[in-house]
Amino acid sequence: MTPVATPFFFYFLAALTLLSALLVITRKNAVHSALALILGLLAQSGLYLMLYAPFVAGVQIILYAGGIMVLFLFVIMLVNLDRSQKEEQFNRQWVAGSLAAIALGGLFVAVFIKGKALFPASSAQIAEANNTQQVGELLYGQYMFAFEIASLLLLVAIIGAVVMAKKRI
Amino acid sequence: MVPITTLHYLVVAAALFMVGVIGVLTRRNVVIVLMSIELILNAVNLNLVAFSRLWGLHGQVFAIFVITDAAAEAAVGLGILIAFFRNKETVNVDEVDLLKW
Amino acid sequence: MLDSVISYLGSNTTPGQAGNVVWALIYILIVFGGVSVAVMAMNWLERKALAHFQIRLGPMRVGPHGLLQPIADAIKLLTKEDIIPERADRLVFWIAPLIILCASFAVYVVIPFGPTHAITDLNIGILFMLGVSSLSVLGVVMAGWASNSHYPLIGSLRSSAQMISYEVAMGMAVVSAILMTSLNRSGTGTLSMIGIVEAQQRQQIWYLFKFFPLGFIAFVIFAIAMVAETNRAPFDLPEAESELTAGFHTEYSGLRWSLFMLGEYAAMIAVSSIAVTLWLGGWLRPFPNALTGATWDLVFSLFPGFLFLILAAVAGVGVIRMPKHPYFRVQTLGLAGFGFVLGLIGLVLFAPPVRDRIQDIFWFTAKVGFFMYMYIWYRATFPRYRFDQLMRVGWKVLLPISIAVLIGTAVVGVVF
Repeated sequence: MTPVATPFFFYFLAALTLLSALLVITRKNAVHSALALILGLLAQSGLYLMLYAPFVAGVQIILYAGGIMVLFLFVIMLVNLDRSQKEEQFNRQWVAGSLAAIALGGLFVAVFIKGKALFPASSAQIAEANNTQQVGELLYGQYMFAFEIASLLLLVAIIGAVVMAKKRI
Repeated sequence: MVPITTLHYLVVAAALFMVGVIGVLTRRNVVIVLMSIELILNAVNLNLVAFSRLWGLHGQVFAIFVITDAAAEAAVGLGILIAFFRNKETVNVDEVDLLKW
Repeated sequence: MLDSVISYLGSNTTPGQAGNVVWALIYILIVFGGVSVAVMAMNWLERKALAHFQIRLGPMRVGPHGLLQPIADAIKLLTKEDIIPERADRLVFWIAPLIILCASFAVYVVIPFGPTHAITDLNIGILFMLGVSSLSVLGVVMAGWASNSHYPLIGSLRSSAQMISYEVAMGMAVVSAILMTSLNRSGTGTLSMIGIVEAQQRQQIWYLFKFFPLGFIAFVIFAIAMVAETNRAPFDLPEAESELTAGFHTEYSGLRWSLFMLGEYAAMIAVSSIAVTLWLGGWLRPFPNALTGATWDLVFSLFPGFLFLILAAVAGVGVIRMPKHPYFRVQTLGLAGFGFVLGLIGLVLFAPPVRDRIQDIFWFTAKVGFFMYMYIWYRATFPRYRFDQLMRVGWKVLLPISIAVLIGTAVVGVVF
C-alpha cells in the first residue's frame, strides 16, 4: 500500500522517538523513564512499518514493549526507593561523558559526509505482502543455526536470572 | 519537501545512539543505565532495518536476533541488579565498588 | 472529498486497503459506538444472568426488568467524586486506565466482521492483535504501583504475572491455528484475519473440527487462556472482592474505574473475536458445505429476523406478566415500546436487500455473543482458582499441551 503523507509521519515518529529517548535519560523517577521508553519503542515500531518491515514491527511491540518493559517495570517496582529520587541524578563524570558522546556524534557526522555515495537515494519497493513469509524462510533456512543458538541463549538467560534472583540457592 | 531517504533514518538512529551513550555514561541509577543500553540496541536495530530496505531481508533477520538478545540481556542484568540490591539496598552505580562483599 | 466518499461505496475492499481515510474514520466510529453499546448490554446481561443462575431476579426497578440499569450505573459513576490517594504518582495514576483502554480498543482495527467489513486488513493481523493486547499488562502494573497502597500493589503483581503467563499458551494455540492455514496447495499461510477466515472457507472446514481433536484442543486451550488473560472468573483472584478488595483498581473511583471496566469488557470481546475468527469460521454461516444451495442459504438468512421476533415475543410475554397496578404503568409501557422496536427491527431484517447484507455481521456477532454468554456462565459456575494453582495450570498444564498440539498439527499437516 502506498504510504500516505510519508514525510509528515516520518518527522512525527522520529521526533517522538528522540523526545522519548531524551526523557528516558533525564527523568528523576525511574517509572517515568520506563514509560517514556515504552513510548519510544512504540514510535520506533511505527518507523519499522514505514520501512516496509511489518514483521519486525510486530515483534518489537510484542517482545520489547510488551515483554522487556514489563520486566523493567516489575524490577523498578521492587527496587524503587524514595531515597534514590532525592539523590544526585547525574554522576561526577557527566562532563567527560557528554564530551565523549559529542565526539562520537562528530564521528558519525564525518562518516555521513565522507560516505555519502554509499547511501543511495531510494530503492525499489519491496513487496510487503509476504514479508513475514520471506523472513520466515530466511530464519528457518539460512539462519537456522543462529536461531537454535538464540533459543539456547534464552534458556540460559532464564536459568541465570532465576538463580540470581533466588533468596537461597 | 525532500523525499525521505535512507539517510534520514540513519540520522535518527545515530541521534538515538548518542542519547543512549550519554545515558549510560552519566546516570547514577542502574535501572536507567540498563534502559539506555536498550536505547542503544534500538538505534542499531533501526540502522539494520533501514539498510535492509536496500540490500535484502538479512537486516530484518539480524534485527530480530538483536531483539531476542536484548531480552536475554535485560533479564540477566535485572537479575544481577536484584541480587545486588538485596545486599546493599541501593541502586546507585557509584556504590558498586567492591569486588566481594 | 465528496467523490472520495462516494467512490469507496463501489469498491470491494476494506477502507484500509482502499486508502480511504474518511470511510476508515466512519468505520472506526461505528465500531467504537458498537463496542460501547455492547459493553452496556453486557453489563445488564451479566447482572440479570448471574441473578437467574442464582435463582433470584436481579435488577428489576430501574427500567422494565432493569433494562435502564446500565444507564443509571453510568450516571452514578460519572458523578462520583474523583479521589486520588495522597502520595500517589499523579501522572502514572492518570495514564494507567488510558493505556488499558487504548490497548483494548486498538485491537478492533483488524477484527473482520465480514470479507470486506473490517477497518483494515493488516497482513500481520493476528500478530498485531496479540502484541497490542499484551500492552494492557503495562497498564495493570502501573495502576497497581501508582496507587501507593499494598492491596493494589499485590493485586497488580498477581494480575500481571497471570496475564503474561497465559499469553504464552495463547500464542502457542494461535500458532497452531495459523499453521492450519498453510495446508493448501501452494503451502503458504497467512497472518491476516480476513485471510484466516478465507482459508477456512477454502479448506471447507472450521478449524475447530480440523484434524479432530487437535483443532478442538487448541480451541479449548485458547478459550481457557483468554478467560485468564482478561482476569475473569474463575481466574479473577487479583480482582475478587473477598480476596483483595478489588485488586489493582481499588483506589480508582468514579470515571476512572468505569474506564477500567470498559477496557476489561472490550478486551473480552476482542479476544472472543480472535477465537471466533481462528476456530469458529468468523463470518461463515453454519454448515456452509454440508447444507449448500440457494434454499439453505435462504433458510439461514432468515435467522436474524426470527431472532429479533423471538426477542420481541419474550418482551411481549413480559408485558403480559407485569403486575396490573398503576405504579407499573410506565414500566409496562416502556417494555411494550421496547418489544415493539425489537419487532420492527426483526421485520426490517426480513427485507431481501437488508437480509443479504447483514448475514456476515450477524453470524460473527452471534458467535461472539455466544462467547460472552459463556463468560457469564463460567463466572456463575466455577469456584475461584487460588493463585499458585492458577500459575501451575498456566505453565505446567496449558503450555505443554499447547506445544504438543502444535507439534501434532505440524506432523499431521505434513503427513496428510
